[in-house]
Amino acid sequence: MDIIPQILVSGIAAGGVYGLIALGFVLIYKATSVLNLATGEFMTLGAFVCFSAMTQLSVPFYISFVLTLAAAAVLGLVVERIVLRPLIGEPVISVIMVTIGLGSILKGLTHMIWSPQYRSFPPIFPPQPLDLGFAIVPSGLLWGFVFAVICTAFFTAIFKYTRTGLAMRATAGNQQAALSMGISVKRVFALSWIFAALTAAVGGIIIGNISGISIHLGHIGLKVLAVIILGGLDSIIGAIVGGFIIGILENFAGVYLDSLVGGGIKEVVPFMILVIIIMIRPYGIFGRITIERV
Amino acid sequence: MRCGDLRESYLEDEKIFQTVFVKCWLGVLALFLLALPFLGNAYMLYVANVIGFAVIAAVGLNLLTGFTGQISLGHAAFVGVGGYATAILITRVGLPFWLALPVAGLISAGVGMVIGIPSLRVKGLYLVIATLAAQFILEYVFVHWESMTRGIRGINVPPPAIGSFVFDTEKSFYYITLVLVVAAVGFARNLVRTKWGRAFVAIRDRDLAAEIMGINLFRYKLGAFALSSFYAGVAGGLWVSFMKVVTPEHFPLSLSIQYLAMVIVGGLGTILGSIFGAIFMTLIPELLNVLTGHTKHFLPGMEQLFLPMKDVIFGVLICTFLIFEPHGLAEIWNRIKNFFSLWPFSY
Repeated sequence: MDIIPQILVSGIAAGGVYGLIALGFVLIYKATSVLNLATGEFMTLGAFVCFSAMTQLSVPFYISFVLTLAAAAVLGLVVERIVLRPLIGEPVISVIMVTIGLGSILKGLTHMIWSPQYRSFPPIFPPQPLDLGFAIVPSGLLWGFVFAVICTAFFTAIFKYTRTGLAMRATAGNQQAALSMGISVKRVFALSWIFAALTAAVGGIIIGNISGISIHLGHIGLKVLAVIILGGLDSIIGAIVGGFIIGILENFAGVYLDSLVGGGIKEVVPFMILVIIIMIRPYGIFGRITIERV
Repeated sequence: MRCGDLRESYLEDEKIFQTVFVKCWLGVLALFLLALPFLGNAYMLYVANVIGFAVIAAVGLNLLTGFTGQISLGHAAFVGVGGYATAILITRVGLPFWLALPVAGLISAGVGMVIGIPSLRVKGLYLVIATLAAQFILEYVFVHWESMTRGIRGINVPPPAIGSFVFDTEKSFYYITLVLVVAAVGFARNLVRTKWGRAFVAIRDRDLAAEIMGINLFRYKLGAFALSSFYAGVAGGLWVSFMKVVTPEHFPLSLSIQYLAMVIVGGLGTILGSIFGAIFMTLIPELLNVLTGHTKHFLPGMEQLFLPMKDVIFGVLICTFLIFEPHGLAEIWNRIKNFFSLWPFSY
């Protein structure tokens, strides 16, 4: 069997999940101009909440999924209220650092509550892989991809077609104008954080399903930075396209370059791509070019 | 009675030792630092050494982040470059420690300049991400460039020596650390009141305006990166020579965050602040360590909570300081000082 289609398919499947997580970054960035470096920890927390709900409360997946979403929404809201709101209007370094600090807190708490050992998720999806003829998709990746695409479509639709979404887009465009049109910018900020926490939690559940959960799951959240830089920090479509590109490139590198450098290249290729993009086209493929005036 | 600031010229305002009083107290501090090895036990000296390395690295990061406004999440990686360069220069090339350390600093500075290149085009968020990427790429290099770094097995580093005298105890190494800390802090403190320091601050406040006023952004931004990485490299070289071993696990992202936390908690844009920050952020985990050691008997399992507790406390400190005291410990120190210098007529 030819290996290239197989790599492509794995890459696309992984890219779907990246796209979903990237969406969380972009939603927050568009609305509030904050880059949430704690996204990885949001994911880990989501995955663990869902895991605990399923194993300890032994409820079926759909109930624990809803529980996780509720928990994520509360987390997003609380974080926005307590940590981010006092820093509105502060310089960018403060806001970035506060999300890093937040990530550190969440990571420590996750570590304390669920000890660091690796666990595998209880099976949610039917185990048989899908045979496309030219490539075989493992069930975890397949369902993860489907799930990610549905969620991405759902969030994008909210953003595009509802009044709430309109308010969010208006705030992203011009906060002053949005305020004068009677949009509560504070509510929009809170909503963006809730949405971002939701996408991160779902992303965490999917990745936990594919590769098991541990407190290091959040590392993928940092890898997704490459996706949003590639796609453009403020572009939803860029997040999705970027997700696929990074997913595919990463899998190709994993197959073709790993033997040259002795393994693990998959983990660092996104960062290399990231550096290259930042050097040649920092606003990404679809991002808006900002012109700075003095 | 002296009350308030009574300076009449810029030169006077820029003076490092503002009053005779300050000079006296600094003399006392210097005596104390020199005598510390005879007062403290090995553990205290170990902590003092670690604080020294942290001070050098934090001052370096503050020059870059606090003064020039370029945020770096890759500082631990530069410390790592310095550490590895020192180890390799000593074990492979056979240089003595005294030569390997500055050369390692220069190598680190070179790497820092390469990483700093994106800063010429991007800033803020994008630069954070670029330096974050550099952290991961360098970490990968430490692990996978086996022919040089020996991967996860690490390199054993012999301690520095002069003639037959070997600096292999906490006590003797302390003096190397002390001299270098004083040199590093003194240089930085003087640098920030020269043309370079003013250029850094101008770039931080508004880089376009600075450029229009004739500051060569290319030179000063890369200069800031080089300088900060040089400090990091020296700190790293000292650290591995003190620990006598270097492995990739010494330089994770969490260490970069810890350095940033030192700079923020201490106070961005003040040298004194980075010293406070480095001391504070190094002592907290050590205190936690001692606490968990004491509570072990009646609260078993506490030592497992130690590592995550450190994460939580660092995070809480970063957030609290950013929200409630953005100017850090240095500002608190200033307020205390002003209270007394204006007392009793504080209004």
